[in-house]
Amino acid sequence: MERLLVANRGEIAVRVIRAARDLGIATVAVHSDADAEALHVRLADSAVHIGPSPAAKSYLNAATIVDAARSAGVDAVHPGYGFLSERASFAAAVAEAGLTFVGPDAQVIERMGDKVAAREVAAKAGVPTVPGTPGGVQDVGAAVAAAGDIGYPVMLKAAAGGGGRGIRVVDDEAALVKSFPAASREAQSAFGDGRMYLERFVRKARHVEVQVLGDGHDVVHVHERECSLQRRRQKVVEEATAPGIDDGVRAALTGAAVRLAREVGYRSAGTVEFLVDDETDEVFFLEMNTRIQVEHPITELVTGVDLVAEQLRIAAGEPLGLRQSDVVARGHAIEFRICAEDPDKGFLPQPGRIGRITLPGGPWVRCDTWLEPDTAVPPFYDSLLAKLCVWGPDRDTALGRARRALGELDVEGVVTTASLHRTLLDEPWFAAADFHTGTLEEWLA
Amino acid sequence: MTRHEVVSPIPGVFYRKPDPESELFTDTGRSVGADDTVGLVEVMKSFHEVPAGAAGTVVEFLVENEAEVDAGQVVAVVETDGAGTE
Repeated sequence: MERLLVANRGEIAVRVIRAARDLGIATVAVHSDADAEALHVRLADSAVHIGPSPAAKSYLNAATIVDAARSAGVDAVHPGYGFLSERASFAAAVAEAGLTFVGPDAQVIERMGDKVAAREVAAKAGVPTVPGTPGGVQDVGAAVAAAGDIGYPVMLKAAAGGGGRGIRVVDDEAALVKSFPAASREAQSAFGDGRMYLERFVRKARHVEVQVLGDGHDVVHVHERECSLQRRRQKVVEEATAPGIDDGVRAALTGAAVRLAREVGYRSAGTVEFLVDDETDEVFFLEMNTRIQVEHPITELVTGVDLVAEQLRIAAGEPLGLRQSDVVARGHAIEFRICAEDPDKGFLPQPGRIGRITLPGGPWVRCDTWLEPDTAVPPFYDSLLAKLCVWGPDRDTALGRARRALGELDVEGVVTTASLHRTLLDEPWFAAADFHTGTLEEWLA
Repeated sequence: MTRHEVVSPIPGVFYRKPDPESELFTDTGRSVGADDTVGLVEVMKSFHEVPAGAAGTVVEFLVENEAEVDAGQVVAVVETDGAGTE
């Protein structure tokens, strides 16, 4: 691999360009109208304009990006995260153009991106999923039988409906028998289908994910990350490794992730997401992300493994350079996502123009960003401005360092979520790592 | 008769349909209520409704579907009249 096209923008494009440069690989950036002056464009060895500002007409235009890769004479394409990164057809188009896609094969992306197929892979690998009734149940007798297998409490929702509408949680058989008829009637009138979907309800769940690296033959895990603090299913703060789980749960998670990745002959960096029941310590597979993850730097800080460089090496055909015993997690790292959103106005997006900025630095502080002084923050893309990551020999030291780093951070001209993080650091439940997937939204409400 | 300008409060991408497969929210020549949605603006992956702001007849769209808009830009014009809408 001598020349790499980075099919992304923002901080991840900058991150990939840096990893490529560390390995002596030349880089080609792509950009929309809005990003003509962006940092990733100037850092790359060359750049190709791929269209107007809206993402649908530029960063999501697979045909234009493949053409750009061909005409720029690259031998590989890195998709970053978001945009086209998990689109199997894009990976296939890159391969058909005779280029290397930095990620797993199109068939693996497709299989793991399909909820039913991914659950089948998990079952084959002996990895538990949240027990439920994928086909739905028609009547109360079938519901009682299914709930007996699933285990209470059970969540009851319309099999035909999406979203959170009409969801009921029942604690035992009596409650199920009582709730089912009305729930089914509501589903019938709302969707013309009275079938109900039952699933185990995890009252206090942690979202924990395991980083894996595979070369198509061997798979190693690079430990786990705790990502329970979410708002509208968007992660806000992440930690590596996960506080609040014991070593038994940790071993169950990493073991399951490695089995799952082996089952599909996984090749590249990937993340296996799990739900951990805080009350029973059961672990359930949620999904696998077949790309580099936003929060990958905290894994790098605790292990010293450059995950993007590993992706590039694996894509170039090298075998995994790491044995499992080489991957040791040391200390604790935390990532705070700094977004152009106003926490005091319902997280309203804040595009605009940044004036002066002061980015935090110093010992064990890493700030991955595309921001520079006097930069326009365009309205067309994700609101992520910077990932502020800190490391400490233990969690308390990392928290203290986070306070210092967030104090240094100053962005003029655009309101960011930094104030939310500063407030969060003063919360005793956060300091004690006593939270689950619902905690942040309850706290914000 | 007065011309009421419908303004996008935020910058982003303007959509005249709730999703690509759906019908237009409204069109020129159609009557709207003050709270009726005339379009959506996508800003940083979130969608915000643009209400007509006044009852009347839509006489003009100044921004095309999927075009870029600035904060404060006029996207449509609604003609209101004292006699109400037909």
